[in-house]
Amino acid sequence: MSVAAAAGSEARSARRERLHLLRRSPSVLIGAGVLAFWVACAILGNHITPYDPIYHQSPDVFAHPSTAHWFGTDRLGRDVFSRVLAGSRDILLVAPAATLLGTVLGTALGLITGYMRGIVDDVISRLIDAVLALPLIIIAVTAIAALGTRSEWAVAVVIGLVFTPIIARTVRAAVLAEREQDYIQAAQLRGEKTPYIMFAEVLPNVMPIVLVEATVRLGYAIFAVASLTFIGFGIQVPSPDWAVQIFDNYTYVDPDWWTVLFPAAAIASLVVAVNLVSDGIQQAYER
Amino acid sequence: MSAALEFDALDVAYTVRGKDRRVLRGLSLSVEEGKTFGLVGESGCGKSTAALAAVNYLPRNGKVTGGEIRVAGKDVLGLSWSELRRLRADKVAMVYQNPGAALNPSIKIGAQVAEAFTVRGVPRGEANHLALEALARVQIADPGSVMGRYPFQLSGGMQQRVVIAMALAKDPALLILDEPTTGLDATVEAEVLDLVAQLQAELQTSVLFISHNLGVIAKMCDRVGVLYAGRLVEEGPVETVLSDPRHPYTVGLLRCIPRGGVRKDHARLDTIPGFLPSLGAELPGCVFVDRCALADDRCRAEEPPLTAVGPGHEARCWHHDQAHALPRAEAPELAIRPVDRKAAPVVRFDDLGKVFKQHGHEVHALTGVSGEIWAGETLGLVGETGSGKTTLARTLLGMVAPSSGLVELDGTALEPRFQQRSADELRALQIVFQNPDSALNRRHSVRRILLRSLWKLAGLKGAPADKRMLELTESVRLSERTLTQKPSQLSGGLKQRVSIARAFAGSPQLVVCDEPTSALDVSVQAAILNLLVELQADGGVSFLFISHDLGVVRYISDRIAVLYLGRLMELGPAEVVFEGPHHPYTEALLSAVPTVDGAERERIKLEGDIPSAASPPSGCVFHTRCPRKLGAVCEETEPPLRDVEDGHLMRCHIPIGELRALQA
Repeated sequence: MSVAAAAGSEARSARRERLHLLRRSPSVLIGAGVLAFWVACAILGNHITPYDPIYHQSPDVFAHPSTAHWFGTDRLGRDVFSRVLAGSRDILLVAPAATLLGTVLGTALGLITGYMRGIVDDVISRLIDAVLALPLIIIAVTAIAALGTRSEWAVAVVIGLVFTPIIARTVRAAVLAEREQDYIQAAQLRGEKTPYIMFAEVLPNVMPIVLVEATVRLGYAIFAVASLTFIGFGIQVPSPDWAVQIFDNYTYVDPDWWTVLFPAAAIASLVVAVNLVSDGIQQAYER
Repeated sequence: MSAALEFDALDVAYTVRGKDRRVLRGLSLSVEEGKTFGLVGESGCGKSTAALAAVNYLPRNGKVTGGEIRVAGKDVLGLSWSELRRLRADKVAMVYQNPGAALNPSIKIGAQVAEAFTVRGVPRGEANHLALEALARVQIADPGSVMGRYPFQLSGGMQQRVVIAMALAKDPALLILDEPTTGLDATVEAEVLDLVAQLQAELQTSVLFISHNLGVIAKMCDRVGVLYAGRLVEEGPVETVLSDPRHPYTVGLLRCIPRGGVRKDHARLDTIPGFLPSLGAELPGCVFVDRCALADDRCRAEEPPLTAVGPGHEARCWHHDQAHALPRAEAPELAIRPVDRKAAPVVRFDDLGKVFKQHGHEVHALTGVSGEIWAGETLGLVGETGSGKTTLARTLLGMVAPSSGLVELDGTALEPRFQQRSADELRALQIVFQNPDSALNRRHSVRRILLRSLWKLAGLKGAPADKRMLELTESVRLSERTLTQKPSQLSGGLKQRVSIARAFAGSPQLVVCDEPTSALDVSVQAAILNLLVELQADGGVSFLFISHDLGVVRYISDRIAVLYLGRLMELGPAEVVFEGPHHPYTEALLSAVPTVDGAERERIKLEGDIPSAASPPSGCVFHTRCPRKLGAVCEETEPPLRDVEDGHLMRCHIPIGELRALQA
């Protein structure tokens, strides 16, 4: 085998090894498994729940967990187990949408500030600092209140916009290092326009960082959507969303704990699962 | 007599992706008490692994799979953790390539050097005192003030002296130097090497000296071992091995180096064809068999033993008696076009100046530099770090706008910045970078890199572009297979060929070569230099060739420009600049280069570091370090750049006749 071909197979096997590493890590497997479970629930929804999560109202309100109602029933006699299974749908639409929006905008902004530097960078970076100085929830609540619509898509847009500067800052740091590479000079010296250099030359090289950052943000997005929903600004009733359930029932947590515990555990499991996968991806790229 | 360090049939393997890969294959050598043993070979042959193994400090995935290591008679592999720690603290010292990384950036020099003493139980007050002495011993001027400084406030040469001072603090039985001067300027390298040699003679320290530079090995070592693919292929006294090499690999290495005044119009450099076997490959026969022109069936089937070929001289080759007759890998002839200097020059730069503003200071990177480059000519550019070589190159390319002066291409003035230059002007001036890893986009295939350049620089698309791309890859000797590969799948030499092909995509008139071979091994360097010379012979391109390796510059250049503190000190035909009479600065640069032949020139020491370009000395900028300074005139008036004899320009007060007499 020639050396060049050997080198080729080395690089391919490095990629394969990265996948292999991801597949072998127990924490990644657990995370991916939990994530897959909730995605399946979101897709199948009412088809797999033992009762209709919204309209089935048993006369037996606040029933303890039992064989008929594994997770008990809530204040309207709805089956908590069915509602937990069906409750992943909205958050699994809103949180990824918010993350996607934040990642796309943040990456573009990070590329521009990192590559242009100078006055553009100074102005945008100071704005980013200003945004980051405020707590996420405060900005989100203010923005949603100002928008005046309490739809989940407003939440997605607002969280996406709040994430934009955070992602932009990470991408900018990567771009600053990348633009010192000689291939950028080579591109400039053959007369490439700035957008081409940013998107065709620099972007592919910062993609691994963007990918890792996006998965980290997804975890935060789930948490942020749940928080906003809980204080009434996010996903609205009658959705069986987990945070809606907690909001609905938290006054009854003592003694009817099952109405809050199971949806809360569901949120926690989803956030932890996303973080496990994200850590795994990060480690695989860092090796 | 017991040896300071002994390797006995040492096998070391690295575990890579679950497999053990052999890195050292039965390495046996011994560093005798008070002697210096040189270990030489190209990157990836196991030199540094041997150094790390000596103190059992292999990386996590490395392990000794066989053999023995003894330091001063002690079996290193049998030591407990705490005994090993004591051995490293008391007996063995190491100095690595990058002194900046060896020093803690946030601790003052004094405290760091003192720690080398306190770790051995010396009380703090006394340690400070000893630290001061140690710094004085490595010839640091004003050690008291250096004690209070941080590493970043010192130059690379000073930092390496500090590291050496720390290494010698314990009066080690064994000193391991792993490429200690690679990355330093030739003048600084020479000073550090002088220092090490002097301390070694004084303290009778045993030294294992690792280097890829045969010249350095020749200067520093008593014995030398040549390592190839983890195997010791030749060992013997330095003079014998270098003058009468008996292994084809050693012969090849020596032939790759441009030396003894050889120039591109004399002969092509010889190369070593092929590549180092991949890490841990099974090698049933001779390790060098795939690249050896003498190899026969026996070499493929049976590994030759180390055979005595002279007193204390061994080589691992079945054909050691024919090694000197190793056939050349490259045909020696090459038709070089003579440069026509009667025609108009391709590029002319006139009175170029560049002032950078830095923290309120004005840094004069270039001052009044003028010159021409004719078609088909190579102008070599030499000088220490900070002399303005790169600034000059970047000014021509338009990456830096000059503060004064102008650049002309074919008689037309160019815009100062590349953004304002036309596509055709961009095409005419291209660059080949020093670092092949950074020069190519990791995410783009070779095909994409070349096609994009053909589109932007030559306006070619589709079938004509494909056709031209194949011509390009052929002219830089890249196989078609590499087109689909990404840079990470290519070796350093192949990457540099892609980089060259890219620069040549639009048939440039002048290509700036910014240290294009300094990141490469000598055999690869030879192939790249041959390639550049061929491209020049074929197409009449001009090069501005920057290098700190004077042998390389001499080989490839028609004329040479010497820069110091942003000023042109000397400019003339390569032979004249090298043969002299030279400018005193050039003379010092030349005398600093260690030669393989061991024929030591008388070293001309330059006092101190290159002065700051923010406050250059008055008069002749070189007067503060000039060994031939005349007197007040040098401090007061800057000499003009004069034509001392046809086309040989020099900036010096000393008349040429006198210089000739002084340097005879």
